Amino acid sequence: MKFTEEHEWLDADGDVVTVGISAHAAEQLGDVVFVELPEVGTAVNKDDEVVVIESVKAASDILAPIDGEIVEVNEALAEDPGKVNEDPEGNSWFFRIKAEDLSQMDEYMDEAAYKDFIG
Amino acid sequence: MSEDDETALKRTPLYDLHASLGAKMVPFAGYEMPVQYPMGVLKEHQHTRAAAGLFDVSHMGQVVLRARDPEAAKRALETLVPVDVLGLKEGRQRYAYFTNDHGGIDDDLMIANRGDHLFLVVNAACKEADIARLRAALEPEVTVKEITNRGLLALQGPQAAAVLAEHHPEVAEMAFMDIRTLPIAGAECWVSRSGYTGEDGFEISVPEAAAADLARALLAHEAVAPIGLGARDSLRLEAGLCLYGHDIDTQTTPVAAGLTWAMQKVRRPGGARAGGFPGWEAIFDELAESCAQKRVGLRPEGRAPMREGVALFAEETGGEAVGRVTSGSFGPTVGGPVAMGYVSTALAGEGTVLFGEVRGKRLPVRVAKMPFVPHGYKR
Repeated sequence: MKFTEEHEWLDADGDVVTVGISAHAAEQLGDVVFVELPEVGTAVNKDDEVVVIESVKAASDILAPIDGEIVEVNEALAEDPGKVNEDPEGNSWFFRIKAEDLSQMDEYMDEAAYKDFIG
Repeated sequence: MSEDDETALKRTPLYDLHASLGAKMVPFAGYEMPVQYPMGVLKEHQHTRAAAGLFDVSHMGQVVLRARDPEAAKRALETLVPVDVLGLKEGRQRYAYFTNDHGGIDDDLMIANRGDHLFLVVNAACKEADIARLRAALEPEVTVKEITNRGLLALQGPQAAAVLAEHHPEVAEMAFMDIRTLPIAGAECWVSRSGYTGEDGFEISVPEAAAADLARALLAHEAVAPIGLGARDSLRLEAGLCLYGHDIDTQTTPVAAGLTWAMQKVRRPGGARAGGFPGWEAIFDELAESCAQKRVGLRPEGRAPMREGVALFAEETGGEAVGRVTSGSFGPTVGGPVAMGYVSTALAGEGTVLFGEVRGKRLPVRVAKMPFVPHGYKR
């Protein structure tokens, strides 16, 4: 698993990468009350805003961490946004993206480096 | 914010208690205040509606007005607020606001008649200006004293009365907006049956030295949980209550804000003490002719919250904005997004469908009745 400075995690299975937010991010956001997911089939570029997530406190975005095509979204989160807080680094992934270039993941942190990053 | 600024933040008598409870502290109106506890905003909100929540509101301003003749203090205060202060009975409290020369609202407050003096509670962010205004207008006939050696707690929720009655049985007899002096947890407390959540509950002014002990004693009850500013905001929003600086401010009039219920007959046109407060001419004109915009409740039809600043339109495409959201969030008890804001009077009717622009998309939102959750006051 890799982590971005935007507090997203990426987990690659072949060239399909699952993306979610870290437990740290979920805790900082507070109770999530709204999730807007992208459409399956959308082509995205790295740093595109692909998900809107709103907590009781504020709205924030999840950026596409790599270039590719959205191949699956976790509809369960749109129906029950509170799931994000329950299992952020497990079942509560947001979308799966078919990577154009997996080497884009190389710049991201491993778990130990991310732990240092969040202090 | 620099470190210097942070060290300049004031702390309430409950600061150490908040820290021991694991509160997340944020700067708010010059104070370091708990925004949430480990329970989280959503559960804190639900707990308050289901049982009882304890809030630290010690940052708010507490002010005592005294005059040799108590009636003189009441008469003097009526020159600053459009409410009936002379007719406020001893042991009763009422909602009021300071108006400005344009008929806007400079702050909202509570006024209590405590026999030989008046007791005011004003917003933290406005308290210096409010006290300066009171001094300028009322002294020397009336002495204006800021009470800085007392904390202020709020115990809110359907279990609040049962919990507080364990400390003093008399609270059970009090009605909404009653205020009494009662010994609680060994200290002289000024207890009013009021609050800012829409629930039954109490606000307790307590000597600083006894504040933390009282808070601990209340929290020891299984029905009571500590509640932060985050849930305080979602609770008051569901209750349809205005937040000063957001839903009402120097530019909004009591007529536009729908707060004329707080202007008793005697201060209105034709009343024995009509007018006589700042901006009364402008406010009376609006009372007679209505005003351009009105504050309304708003229920977004989708799940996306519409937050403060969202522009409202009459049509899904094109046209000029017809209003704006002034407070908006997810309402945990409602189970969906709720908001309030100002819209053109012609579009302020309940059920009118408008469109709020969220992230470039216009989403439907319905003008709705407030409160969004029925009040639980014991009248």
